[in-house]
Amino acid sequence: MEVESLTIDAARSAMAEGTVTATALAEMHYDRIAAEDGRINSFLSLSRERAMAQAEKIDRMAAKGEPLPVMAGVPVGIKDVLAMQGAPATAGSLILKGYWPPYDATAVAKLEAAGAILLGKLNCDEFAMGSSNENSAYGPVLNPKALGRVPGGSSGGSAAAVAADFAVATLGSDTGGSIRQPAAFCGVVGVLPTYGRVSRYGLIAFASSLDRVGPFAKNVKDAATVLQVIAGKDVMDATSSDRPVEDYAGGLTKPVEGLRVGVPQEYFGEGLDPEIRSAIEGVLDGLKTAGCVVKPVSLPHTRYAIPTYYVIATAEASSNLSRFDGVRFGLRAEEAKTLSAMFRKTRDAGFGAEVKRRILLGTYALSAGYYDAYYRKAQQVRTLLTRDFLAAFAEVDVLVAPVTPTPAFKLGEKTDDPVKMYLEDIYSVAASLAGVCGVSVPCGETREGLPIGVQVMGRHFDEAVMLRVAQAVETARG
Amino acid sequence: MSEQAGVTMEDVRRVAELANLELTAEEEPRMQRDLNAILGHIAQLNELDTAGVAPMAQVGEMLGGAIQGHGESLRADEVRPSVDRAAVMASAPETDGRFFKVPKVIER
Repeated sequence: MEVESLTIDAARSAMAEGTVTATALAEMHYDRIAAEDGRINSFLSLSRERAMAQAEKIDRMAAKGEPLPVMAGVPVGIKDVLAMQGAPATAGSLILKGYWPPYDATAVAKLEAAGAILLGKLNCDEFAMGSSNENSAYGPVLNPKALGRVPGGSSGGSAAAVAADFAVATLGSDTGGSIRQPAAFCGVVGVLPTYGRVSRYGLIAFASSLDRVGPFAKNVKDAATVLQVIAGKDVMDATSSDRPVEDYAGGLTKPVEGLRVGVPQEYFGEGLDPEIRSAIEGVLDGLKTAGCVVKPVSLPHTRYAIPTYYVIATAEASSNLSRFDGVRFGLRAEEAKTLSAMFRKTRDAGFGAEVKRRILLGTYALSAGYYDAYYRKAQQVRTLLTRDFLAAFAEVDVLVAPVTPTPAFKLGEKTDDPVKMYLEDIYSVAASLAGVCGVSVPCGETREGLPIGVQVMGRHFDEAVMLRVAQAVETARG
Repeated sequence: MSEQAGVTMEDVRRVAELANLELTAEEEPRMQRDLNAILGHIAQLNELDTAGVAPMAQVGEMLGGAIQGHGESLRADEVRPSVDRAAVMASAPETDGRFFKVPKVIER
């Protein structure tokens, strides 16, 4: 059994046939992590006790010949912004030091119920704020495909762990691009489900009207399988939808012939790396060959997506992050004599520079005298951005575009200039604001060997068609 | 917002106080510079005429269903077991086992 090419189906059938045990699979992945993660830094903690108990349970089922659940024995990793019993939760921040959540996030519980083995928690930008994973208090993650380069962010550890074959699949979260961008940088598949498709119960909140939980995997089929497992209504998340979950993995073999593929012109302007442009053109040619109708469309407000996002996301963050105050969990500054001094000193010691920057910006945008000019204005532009997508999806079934303007950049390259770093999200934030689904699929490499991803975006709750097109992209690449 | 854009050091301190953040002397000028740069970029939104455009707070509002505030998305109001108190208190910085303890609240 080769860890490098292990997929969900391969793991499950090998276990059903008795050629490998879940215990052995878990150990093989832990061995690989022990040998190689020292330089990549993707895992923040390992939940070995819980993982091995689950592996033994799966092995007992297999030994008795019981039917195995869909993710039986599949080793997975969890971005450290999701609550998981048996491991600390840090959100990449010092302020949660020592916090062990007493419950599981719904997506985590669903994975385990489907047979998956929870290996541990994955590094990320602090509170999921960042595009390079350089904002983690526990050090940056390196890109397994190019060690001097960033893996992307904020789910950098989740993307890197799949790219380095430390896990068959992982969970990440995406608020403005945090699944799709690292997937593109690391050469793996990453899915942003429609807002409301996957429960966020147990996700440490960054910007509640944008935050989503989604999978990373080595191929489209595995990503579809994980999505199917974690999707669905959850009484613990009022924003989760009760629309039925489709058979995403089973639908991938349906033909794409006749599907209408829109190419948003605004995503191919100045600033797009020529090698990425030509890789995406190759994808469009492949889809034409497969029988898709490819046509240009317009999302006219695209250039306003970044400023809109950075008002809304930071405003919501300033509110959500007020709960980290040293009272109930995590760090507390000990030297403070009064409650208000304790709040300030704890937050000053616990939050990193980017988190403080965003809390200040969000607080400013919500403060008296600025609310209408910034927050309300941004919410209005969000309506316009969403209307762009609804109009485009009246004409086409999916949109195909780049994920990022450039391939993975070097560590330290953008850390001094927040605006430059924010512009990294230029092709990902609009879908976040509009609530539509998106997926990043590997579609080539630069001459230097850096992975290139293509983004397929689908209608609200139309993951099935989006993933079918993603599968066609993967198949065409061979 | 663009004309008088220009966050002063005093603004930075005021907002930091609102956010319960205590910035160091080195952090303040850096935050002032960054906030001005980001707000300068955000000022682009003024190019758009949004008169009469409804503000969007949640995706569901645009889909004409789901989260409309009529209660369809709310669960039944039933008593259910909660997380065990001891498990919660195990992560508290200071507790007597029943309550969270904090430093003096009233400052004199």
